[in-house]
Amino acid sequence: MTSMTFGRAINAGLRRAMEQDPRVLIMGEDVGKLGGVFRITDGLQKDFGPLRVVDTPLAESGIMGTAVGLAFRGYRPVVEIQFDGFIYPAFDQIVSQVAKMHYRSRGTVKLPLTIRVPFGGGIGSPEHHSESPEAYFTHTSGLRVISVSNPQDAYTMIQQAIASDDPVLYFEPKRRYHVKGEVDEAAAPQLPMGSARVVSEGSDVTLVAYGPLVPTARDAAVAASDEGVSVEVIDLRSLAPIDFATVEASVRKTGRLVITHEAAQSGGVGAEIAASITERCFEYLEHAPVRVTGFDIPYPPARLESHHLPDLDRILDGVDCVLDRPSSLAGVVSGSAAS
Amino acid sequence: MRIQVSLHTPVRHPENSGSFPTDPYVQLVTPDGLRTPDPLYDRWIEDIDGARLQELYIDMAVIRRIDTEATALQRQGELGLWPPLLGQEAAQIGSVRSLRSSDFVFPSYRENGVAYCRGVEPGDLMKVWRGNAGAGWDPYQVNMAPTQVIIGAQALHAAGYAMGITRDGTDDAVISYFGDGATSQGDVNEAMVFAASFNSPVIFFCTNNQWAISEPVTLQAQVPIANRAPGFGIPSIRVDGNDVLAVMAATREALDRARSGNGPTFIEAVTYRMGPHTTADDPTRYRDSAELERWRLKDPLTRLQALLVSMDLFTEEFAAEAARRADDVAAELRAACLGMPDPLPADVFAHVYSEPHSWLDRQQEQYSRYLSGFAGEENR
Repeated sequence: MTSMTFGRAINAGLRRAMEQDPRVLIMGEDVGKLGGVFRITDGLQKDFGPLRVVDTPLAESGIMGTAVGLAFRGYRPVVEIQFDGFIYPAFDQIVSQVAKMHYRSRGTVKLPLTIRVPFGGGIGSPEHHSESPEAYFTHTSGLRVISVSNPQDAYTMIQQAIASDDPVLYFEPKRRYHVKGEVDEAAAPQLPMGSARVVSEGSDVTLVAYGPLVPTARDAAVAASDEGVSVEVIDLRSLAPIDFATVEASVRKTGRLVITHEAAQSGGVGAEIAASITERCFEYLEHAPVRVTGFDIPYPPARLESHHLPDLDRILDGVDCVLDRPSSLAGVVSGSAAS
Repeated sequence: MRIQVSLHTPVRHPENSGSFPTDPYVQLVTPDGLRTPDPLYDRWIEDIDGARLQELYIDMAVIRRIDTEATALQRQGELGLWPPLLGQEAAQIGSVRSLRSSDFVFPSYRENGVAYCRGVEPGDLMKVWRGNAGAGWDPYQVNMAPTQVIIGAQALHAAGYAMGITRDGTDDAVISYFGDGATSQGDVNEAMVFAASFNSPVIFFCTNNQWAISEPVTLQAQVPIANRAPGFGIPSIRVDGNDVLAVMAATREALDRARSGNGPTFIEAVTYRMGPHTTADDPTRYRDSAELERWRLKDPLTRLQALLVSMDLFTEEFAAEAARRADDVAAELRAACLGMPDPLPADVFAHVYSEPHSWLDRQQEQYSRYLSGFAGEENR
């Protein structure tokens, strides 16, 4: 076991994937000498050369489209999108080309792209640097979407994403890049990736989170336990597909479900979880599932983001709601007692 | 080594009545079938003798016949849609017959003649348009990507594939086909940036057929399209797209540049889409018949026929042979289209992912149960 930061763990995972497979290429803006604006690719161009760690022109569609061509040629490109808000120029190539080529070609063309996206807010950035665009991609068949929350998963799952023959969106919670954790570098990643993880067990409420909000959810569970409420925290890890079996098993035990994410609420990952869990185990639910999320607004200026991002207290407010305690959501959520 | 950027200045031809009539293009055979010398481009086609000219004619006759047959099949309700290539035979044959099998092609949706020459079976040409499959052929059997409907997206795939060739250290090349409308797309322009920056062995082959559905090329460009590429650091050639020899000469020059490590080339083949954009289109709403008649005088097959006549090579026997080859392919195409089995219900779920996917597995299982509820119903 080695103690390393989240960012360093991704770097180590990338390095290992490149060592094991000469077809793995890294490409993106500033990924070479600079090592990326977050230094996630630090040192890789020095060790693997500019043909395997490619600084590209500043054109996101160009990066994605040329990665498609490289995959046609048998390479396994790992593409870095510099910031979440910059992925939209590449959207067409991702949803129309990357996602569909395997289906269209009846499996003859594989596009094993890994698309790394530093995402989410909480670091005081200017506009277009703090977005959570994951729902666009969970809605697109042909893509896999994962989001990691700790250094061990970051290390393991980047290798799983690269090894997968399917295209994978790999969302990195940028505000957690400097968090340290223990990483077992000897652990061999096993497919399939993306089973959800029970972070801490509980019996009263299931709290589902992913990426940057997993530590916040865990803190909320600790705070709730001080009030005598036992919260089970689940880290989804995979957003498409979602490991519903793990969530369902938890909800059958607790009867109450709260989902939290930074992304806007409507049409989001939380909506999918609420609907799917209601379909799968309605009879076990003591209360309608509740979402504690970012608001349906463009990502706000930095001095407003603390209002937008779910924090420990807002998550506890959601927990109160599903326990039929007084909460800001009471009366908003169907089935709640308005008090 | 970095490329020297140069824009060739071929001889002017007064009969060039495209959208930019004063701009020169390479032409080696006049519309009357007269072979005219060209000091820059003759050397690329020195090996094309009478027999090869006859083969090129047969190629063009065959793909014209494929086009006619497919259009008829669409009118008979057998295809959902067809994008005709009528008038563009020389552009497709002159370029594809310059490639070797290990080169890779990234087409748009109209390069059905190119696909046929790459070895795609006639029935497989129909699959996409009949609605049987998202892609008609295995791209790796013919080294040609599936048809591309998103305008210009394939130019980037070609640029990326060419980057892969450079890494592999081979002397293969890539050609990407797109239309005049695609040159307005960001992807085509980004592809040129990437190809120039990485000095990649790719040919950007713009089939300027004057119309993007109802929009004339003048809505896409205010200068000849070939003039844009040098701004990216890419040499370009403007060529008479109805002259199969000129297209071949230009493509061979571009391939030579690619194979020798000197990077990308842009070719603008000036031609005309004689038919509609697709079988769903009505070009009489947006263009006049006089324009069509002007272009009919430049027909690529008539032109090559006139050249062959002047060489005493268009004999009755040869004409019959060409017609027979075209008819045979058309018959094969029709039989394959009509005999094509419908896909199975389970195929709707197949190949979305390479590996198991819990969401889709669940939906597939549910739909399978739903379908099984109808089992034996027709017997009741």
